[in-house]
Amino acid sequence: MNRIRIYLVAAVAAAPLLAGCVTINIYFPAAAAEKAADRIIDEVWQTQKQEGKSDASARPKSEGQPSPAAPTK
Amino acid sequence: MQRLSRIWIFLLLLAGPLAAFGAADLEINTPAINNIRSSMQARHGQLAPHFASGAVGLTRDGMVAVRDANLVPLANRQAVNALVSAENQDRAGLYREIARANGHPEWEADIRATFAQRWIERAQPGWWYQAPTGAWARK
Repeated sequence: MNRIRIYLVAAVAAAPLLAGCVTINIYFPAAAAEKAADRIIDEVWQTQKQEGKSDASARPKSEGQPSPAAPTK
Repeated sequence: MQRLSRIWIFLLLLAGPLAAFGAADLEINTPAINNIRSSMQARHGQLAPHFASGAVGLTRDGMVAVRDANLVPLANRQAVNALVSAENQDRAGLYREIARANGHPEWEADIRATFAQRWIERAQPGWWYQAPTGAWARK
């Protein structure tokens, strides 16, 4: 009997928590979508220098041989 | 009492990941989405001059459109039309794939609306965009 009551209390306590989570997932996450859009727009339009991601622009420097700068007398 | 606290711990363990999942970023890193992203990025180099000239503008529904074909030399018009329709195909696919990648295909329209706003917001000065009324305006 006591055990049933405990489970009942737990279920009642869990309901709003679970409902909250479901609510978050059903409604459109506008802020997250905006963030995702901005990231894609930055990439497509190259409007921002992307750290780490666009190694295409960083690579030519690292691949160039460092020797020309070194020999000085 | 011990049982009750065990239940509470279980609930907290359950609630944590679910809440985090709800607040997390949208998934935009699937192979399908990445293909579209790189295709659009590659195309942008060709499209950008037409945004700048005003021949092509950003529509209110998250697409691009030929706004004034007269700004493109006759010989290039076909190519611009092809660019625009390829871009729109990618954009439609992008919105659909983001919605699907996040398990909510019904979000497609919302994602499109979000992108429509952000493309226009982020457009460079001089580019043309469609106002909510449908009229063209210049940034």
